[in-house]
Amino acid sequence: MVKVTVDGIEVEVPAGSNVLQACEAAGKEIPRFCYHERLSVAGNCRMCLVEIEKAPPKPFASCAYPVNDGMVVHTDSPMVRKARRGVMEFLLINHPLDCPICDQGGECDLQDQAVAYGTDRSRYEENKRAVKDKNLGPLVKTVMTRCIHCTRCIRFSTEVAGVPELGATARGESMEVGTYVEKALTSELSGNLIDICPVGALTSKPYAFVARPWELKKTDSVDVLDAVGANIRVDARGPEVLRILPRLNEDVNEEWLADKSRFSVDGLKRRRLDSCWVKRDGKLRKASWQEAFEAIAAKLAGLSGDRVGAVAGNLADAESMVALKDLMAALGSANLDCRQDGAALDASCRDFYNFNTSIAGIEEADALLIVGSNPRREAPLINARIRKRVLAGPFPVAGIGPEADLTYGVDWLGNAPAVLASLLDGTHPFAATLKAANKPMIIVGQGALARPDGAAVLAACWKLAAQTGMLGAEWHGFNVLHTAASRVGALDLGFVPGSKGKGLDAMLGGGVDLLWLLGADEFDTARIGAGTFVVYQGHHGDRGAARADVILPGAAYTEKNGTYVNTEGRVQRGQLAVYPPGEAREDWKILRAFSGFIDKPLPYDNLTAIRARLEQANPVFARTNVLPRFGCSDTAGPAGEPTALSGAPFRPFIENYYQTDPISRASPTMAECTETYMPTLRQAAE
Amino acid sequence: MADSTQPASFAFDTESNAKIPTILAKYPPGKQASAVLPLLDLAQRQMGRTTGSAWVPRVAMDEVARVLGMAPIRVYEVATFYLMFNTEPVGKYHLQLCTTTPCWLRGSDDVVQACRKVTGIKGWKETSADGLFTMSEVECVGACVNAPILQVNDDFYEDMDAASTEKLLEALKRGEVPPPGSVKGRQTSAPEGGPITLTTLTFNPAE
Amino acid sequence: MLSDQDRIFTNLYGLHDWGLKGARARGDWDGTAAILARGRDAIVDEMKASGLRGRGGAGFPTGMKWSFMPKTIGDRPHYLVVNADESEPGTCKDRDIIRHDPHKLIEGCLVASFAMGAHACYIYIRGEFYNEARILQAAIDEAYAAGLIGKNACGSGWDFELYLHRGAGAYICGEETALLESLEGKKGMPRLKPPFPAAVGLYGCPTTVNNVESIAVAPTILRRGAAWFSALGRPKNSGTKLFCISGHVNKPCNVEEELGIPLRELIDTYAGGVRGGWDNLLAVIPGGSSVPVLPKSICDTVLMDFDSLREVRSGLGTAAVIVMDKSTDIIKAIARLSQFYKHESCGQCTPCREGTGWMMRVMNRMVQGRAELDEIDTLEQVTRQVEGHTICALGDAAAWPVQGLIRHFRPVLEERIKAYKAQASGRAASATSGRSMPLAAE
Repeated sequence: MVKVTVDGIEVEVPAGSNVLQACEAAGKEIPRFCYHERLSVAGNCRMCLVEIEKAPPKPFASCAYPVNDGMVVHTDSPMVRKARRGVMEFLLINHPLDCPICDQGGECDLQDQAVAYGTDRSRYEENKRAVKDKNLGPLVKTVMTRCIHCTRCIRFSTEVAGVPELGATARGESMEVGTYVEKALTSELSGNLIDICPVGALTSKPYAFVARPWELKKTDSVDVLDAVGANIRVDARGPEVLRILPRLNEDVNEEWLADKSRFSVDGLKRRRLDSCWVKRDGKLRKASWQEAFEAIAAKLAGLSGDRVGAVAGNLADAESMVALKDLMAALGSANLDCRQDGAALDASCRDFYNFNTSIAGIEEADALLIVGSNPRREAPLINARIRKRVLAGPFPVAGIGPEADLTYGVDWLGNAPAVLASLLDGTHPFAATLKAANKPMIIVGQGALARPDGAAVLAACWKLAAQTGMLGAEWHGFNVLHTAASRVGALDLGFVPGSKGKGLDAMLGGGVDLLWLLGADEFDTARIGAGTFVVYQGHHGDRGAARADVILPGAAYTEKNGTYVNTEGRVQRGQLAVYPPGEAREDWKILRAFSGFIDKPLPYDNLTAIRARLEQANPVFARTNVLPRFGCSDTAGPAGEPTALSGAPFRPFIENYYQTDPISRASPTMAECTETYMPTLRQAAE
Repeated sequence: MADSTQPASFAFDTESNAKIPTILAKYPPGKQASAVLPLLDLAQRQMGRTTGSAWVPRVAMDEVARVLGMAPIRVYEVATFYLMFNTEPVGKYHLQLCTTTPCWLRGSDDVVQACRKVTGIKGWKETSADGLFTMSEVECVGACVNAPILQVNDDFYEDMDAASTEKLLEALKRGEVPPPGSVKGRQTSAPEGGPITLTTLTFNPAE
Repeated sequence: MLSDQDRIFTNLYGLHDWGLKGARARGDWDGTAAILARGRDAIVDEMKASGLRGRGGAGFPTGMKWSFMPKTIGDRPHYLVVNADESEPGTCKDRDIIRHDPHKLIEGCLVASFAMGAHACYIYIRGEFYNEARILQAAIDEAYAAGLIGKNACGSGWDFELYLHRGAGAYICGEETALLESLEGKKGMPRLKPPFPAAVGLYGCPTTVNNVESIAVAPTILRRGAAWFSALGRPKNSGTKLFCISGHVNKPCNVEEELGIPLRELIDTYAGGVRGGWDNLLAVIPGGSSVPVLPKSICDTVLMDFDSLREVRSGLGTAAVIVMDKSTDIIKAIARLSQFYKHESCGQCTPCREGTGWMMRVMNRMVQGRAELDEIDTLEQVTRQVEGHTICALGDAAAWPVQGLIRHFRPVLEERIKAYKAQASGRAASATSGRSMPLAAE
């Protein structure tokens, strides 16, 4: 630690800090444009100038100047004020005064800092520079005349996103930020460019001219479009969610958000189920809640419990799943499943299905094996964390599965489960790499598990983990990477076949007479027996609803208070930002109402009570947001015979990142992305 | 970028390829990005040799990126930052006119006018109708005591004036390339009329 | 007048063979192994004692710069990088060293590299010096073939590799860290300092960047001794220096003279005097385009060395003397320099990227007089807002010529503005519209 005095305030900061950090530690706000905590230091905007005693009598860029013990810094001296005013004047001479038509207005660093450091008139009498806009694809809109050349976007795309496609061409006044060749950015993290751009040069294309920030009601929530559980802020005006932004959580998403999670928001307004529907004479007709419940009750009458079953979908909240499980129990059914993809997940022990290392823990690991997963498509933010670890220093990464560009170097060992066997018997050299590592980790994707020999693959991966020192008292290197936001919560709640209960396969093809789909759209509904009566409870008119006999309109994740457990096993809560449309209701309340309707009332009437029920079902639900790190206390593996591996190659689990669920499939923006990027994604996969 | 002029492909030819290993050998292992300037230069010279127009099309930048294992954008950045790379086609003779103050003081305006007169070119970066000449305004080329300088491709013609410029361009039109250097016959950077220093020294060549 | 015997660059004008044979006849490569045998410290100390100050413009003591390199070679190799990116308007001295005396430079590279523990040296030559680079490469090849460089250079036991790297047209690459970026295959954008190159330079390794002339004089200094060199010139401004005299003189030329020679003597003795006589002198830019212009009154007496020129708020820079006689439109002469800096700004830092364009545009209007009188002060303030606010010194270099103009030629600027107004009011009187609009908008 070194002592630094900032404006008379003495602070201690770690050696190696920069002056800007010391100033912040002293509670002094330092204006900046190019500096960003998560990017390399550019030092080019010259806004963060400070005065340093016993240094040459000129202002220094605090972001780029290392602290020394005993340094005395002034952030508000006449020299500093003059310098910042000068830099601000330069920034503004060629910046258009188009704030009234700029989407950044109201949340613009340049606007804010111009108020603090600018003057009310310009001394610049010459013509302003105009710069041609660039086409960066369907998500990021450019107004390059507004660019102040801070290069944050270039550094973000090169460093964090790992797609070195943005650059600054030409030089001096003529320097332009762009791709040089017209080209959509091939990153699943491109929306973050909008957040880091300090001006209105890069804004959201779909959100262009939609709203002003001060018109929006902001609600903290959790993303459900993958299993990362990125923390988000939902911005709504009236009944409409207008945009979704990331919220800082160092342990999960840092300050980033993946494009699907950010830009699927227009899917929340389309193809919505906003009233009940009941099939009569082979045709779905609008109905009241009374009529819908009556139709279900009529079908249930006389059915024995084992002829009833339920499937939980990928976006389901824990509250509705526990309510559905309880309802099924009341009906005498143990026919439950959440594994629409047929993944051979073993719910008997949390270690078998969690991302045990934790997302932040990736940064501690020193070797990685990826099996049957493309984290770039399945969890872009986890992929970014892996990339961050790769950039930090030696970090051997190997993969078993179809080769893909993950934005960092991967040693692809092959695409057959046989490679696993050779790692297990130690004949493959990467086994030695894992063994030599202090904190090796394995990521098992759903592509490795959703296959006939999935249980064997899971068991083999666990065995490999045990053999290579991944399962220790202080370090847990075994990780399952999920893609469904509901999955870990469902497994925690035991939303899997109970004793003598049927799984998904057994329920299909006529295995049950009434099948309750809680937003389950990700399996082939044609496999449902022709005579099976289907209740679809959900928010979008997608595959499940198309097969339904009764539709119960539920709430999307932005419209309910819901609990989700991410792939790490982290329990997080989303909050209601807007009310569900029309007749739609929060899902657990629908189930509670129906239980009352059939005189089997579930024992909870409010959110507090159902959350108490969650904790009762599994104590992990008592611990929200935080995720204690565990070692592995029991190395006994999951069910499955590690040697029963088939010869079938692994296949990509997600073909199209942009359309994976009812919301993103309803999103015109995601449809446009699919059109733009699918050829690229296909090429990358080949 | 004028896409209409961009060729569809570029590959280093045998003559260029023969030089690449020598270039790469100058830099430590893993630092081959250092060769980006030499390779862009090589590509531009090859274009000049094979097409008569020494410029770097986009596909050549891509090829340099491929050879050096760089992201193409990093090569685009470099190719557009350094003024000697022509990102548009140029004439057979690239007239690079220094008009910076030392040349201007010695009459570079006259040289510019003479170039315009002979070539018919009106603006900077334009190419004459016959495709022979492109005129570029360049900054100080570093031969100021022999100002003004007219650089034609790689060669400096020094101590220029209107008459000598016209004479030079007419020669180029005829396909003659006069020897570079002072057109007044000066001994390099020595004062006109001959050196007045270093006159007392004699050297006996070592055996 | 400096005697020819005390001149280092004895083939400055290329009257003799530039090749190895000719170079040896002029005393190059004489006893190089013996110089190396003195050891690193002795060489650095001798250089310090000579008082040699960097010949690239900043005038930092060369020996001291060499001493900043780590004393022992760790995991990272050391590099010497020679700055042959000569691009400062007015300057053309390194070109003569490279094409006429390349072996002085090559021998200097070996000696300096050895003194800094570098087994490898890169010479970064500006791309426009194509023919010069061919000569230098041929000389390097000769030196390799003769065993003077390469493995066991000169039989000294020191392995030394020397590489020539051509730039591609960017003045900013003359800034040492921009040069390193460029050498690494990137845009020539100056690096943040600290860290300084001696700690983190080329490829992240300890590196020293020296000007061609600083390196090329080193072997002669070491052969003839620090005492000989420091006896020349003036205290703290010792030795000889190549001067480039361009512009309105009768006989522009390069010449080697002692530091501290009076400017007038330099011009009159070697360049045939000012065109039309000394009294026809208007002003001189004494050290390349970056340093402030001096009016005749100062030129009458000023001495040509670092400290004398700093005292008159200018600088020796590269010792490129740009002479302007009374026919010169001094505003246009400086405006053209503003255009130069606007053109050569790398664009990284806000004040330089935006400020150089601003200065150029106002200066261009000043040439016509199409400005308001108070814009002179605004312009001056703009130069102050650029100066000292950027990563490298290009911002300073862009500001100083304008500051020098305003300092010494303000009445000329004012007269030009008044004349334009007088003319414009004549036009306005004949026109029906009397509305005023900013002059910049015309």
